[in-house]
Amino acid sequence: MKEARPGSASPSTQGASRSAGIYALGFRRLTHNRLAVAGMALIIIFAVAAVFAPLLSPYNPVKQNYDAISEGPSAHHWLGTDQLGRDAFSRLLHGARTSLTVGFFTQFIILGIGVPIGILAGYLGGRIDNLLMRGVDIVYAFPDLLFIILLRSVLGGGIFMIFLAIGLVAWTNVARLTRGQVLSVRQEDYVTAAVALGGATPWIMVRHVLPNIVGPLLVLVTFAVPRAIFVEATLSYIGIGVPPPAPSWGTMIQDGYTLIFVAPNLVLFPAIAIGTVMLAFTFLGDGLRDALDPRISRGRA
Amino acid sequence: MGKYFLGRLLWMAPVLIGISLITFLVMHLVPGGPWSREKQLAPAVIENLNRRYGLDDPLWKQYVVFLGRTLRGDLGVSYIYQDRSVTAIILQGVPKTAAIGLLAFTVALGVGVPLGMVAAIRHNTWMDYLSVQFATVFAAIPGFILAFLLIYVFAVQLHWLPTGGWGKPQQLVLPAAALAALPTAYIARVARAAMLEVLGQDYIRTAHAKGLAPAVVYYRHALKNALIPVLTITGPELAALVTGSFIIEQVFSIPGVGRLFVQGVFQRDYGLIMGSVLFYAGVIALLNLLVDLLYSLVDPRIRFG
Repeated sequence: MKEARPGSASPSTQGASRSAGIYALGFRRLTHNRLAVAGMALIIIFAVAAVFAPLLSPYNPVKQNYDAISEGPSAHHWLGTDQLGRDAFSRLLHGARTSLTVGFFTQFIILGIGVPIGILAGYLGGRIDNLLMRGVDIVYAFPDLLFIILLRSVLGGGIFMIFLAIGLVAWTNVARLTRGQVLSVRQEDYVTAAVALGGATPWIMVRHVLPNIVGPLLVLVTFAVPRAIFVEATLSYIGIGVPPPAPSWGTMIQDGYTLIFVAPNLVLFPAIAIGTVMLAFTFLGDGLRDALDPRISRGRA
Repeated sequence: MGKYFLGRLLWMAPVLIGISLITFLVMHLVPGGPWSREKQLAPAVIENLNRRYGLDDPLWKQYVVFLGRTLRGDLGVSYIYQDRSVTAIILQGVPKTAAIGLLAFTVALGVGVPLGMVAAIRHNTWMDYLSVQFATVFAAIPGFILAFLLIYVFAVQLHWLPTGGWGKPQQLVLPAAALAALPTAYIARVARAAMLEVLGQDYIRTAHAKGLAPAVVYYRHALKNALIPVLTITGPELAALVTGSFIIEQVFSIPGVGRLFVQGVFQRDYGLIMGSVLFYAGVIALLNLLVDLLYSLVDPRIRFG
């Protein structure tokens, strides 16, 4: 009995301290990766632009000014104005808001669907696992962008419905990853020990399984953010993104495209903004992956 | 092995049925239908139209009818194009979508593999760094964004190429380039990693040691083995290319299947939506299967049980 006691305490504390060690080490490695640091810096710049957009914008992004239509860049309008006389720089800043909001909040839906399904499938196994994973296969086989467009056109509504449309399609990767991690973690001695000690299944999942999947999930989410940003831009581009007149980079591209020969800056700047944000997140994601798991080679995510 | 692929082929049926069922339910999720226009039609007209197209039947019956027809290759009628069947409309779009997709894929392989090879052979030289940078940047930027940058440079500034349309060969260049960039980057990355690994093997050292010309060692001995990992990602790449093409079609006004889908969604043309979704899903499933098949042919070490 006496010997069992330290043994019973150690699995949980050991698990916690080991994962903390991995993250501390990972963060140190991350800060030594120049591309990842550059990505982080860019993301911070975009985040600041998004949060403080109302303060930083010289003009109201939706206010139309018929005295200044389709102007080129000038001292008054740094990036020019669109065909309704709206200030392109102000719209770009507010567009960062839309993009980052969709990028981040969609992840909650993706995780909210994917993690429970992955945990259930991996931990319960057997028939339930089979059923859930066949479901994942079917959703996975769906041409995702088409399905999101279909859902979006049917759901209608505001920005929340965009999170939902993307989330309902994009959770399969998270579910697969979670299931795989659960399958490997449940073989670990400390989980066997927790089961032997009579730990309830939900408690074991939260206490022992979840901490172990945080790292890989973080990497996956870092790659899913730019994907969601891209999907939002695409939706807005074809006219079913955030409802107008709210500024979105995709909408700006679509609005500006008719004037591409006259005022190409209206298309160029939002396009560059989308490209830069996606690059930044990819750099960070690559860095995170290498930092958290040095065994993974630099292949495709 | 034949059994494995037969199983895979058979598994496609429930996947496609599942996809069609989900699509069907989503399409009918909300009230309204193909007749909800800005100019309201008289209720009696709508009723007649619904009866004519079987839209007043219970949902399950509509789905069963649809499934039966589809199995016979008949995707039903389009509500936009009253004079043609959905099958005919989709078949008209397929060659366009396929042309861009295949062109882009050929470019991706033709540029990506040599790029990765050169990077590996000239490991840690400026050529290597340059190709790695290229791969990193283009793997992150979607074709959709690249399309606008390409249009700006080659159509707006240089006036070399048209901004879009269909019919002339020069109209293929920009869409194919925009579509090819991403897979090119991935293929270059994987080819480089694979080549580096192969070049470290003993048999390569032996080949060099017995005095073979470097070109012979690289092409005859190394490339073949390095291509296997490239082939592995070909399936997902091709699938991504097929779905990615839909937005490229949108940007360059190419009348392919992707445009038909978007049109269908906006006009709530159930037949067009279903037809194009099934086309994309079917192509993706088939491509993945094909790549697995090739994979096992190329590498005799791989056995599917």
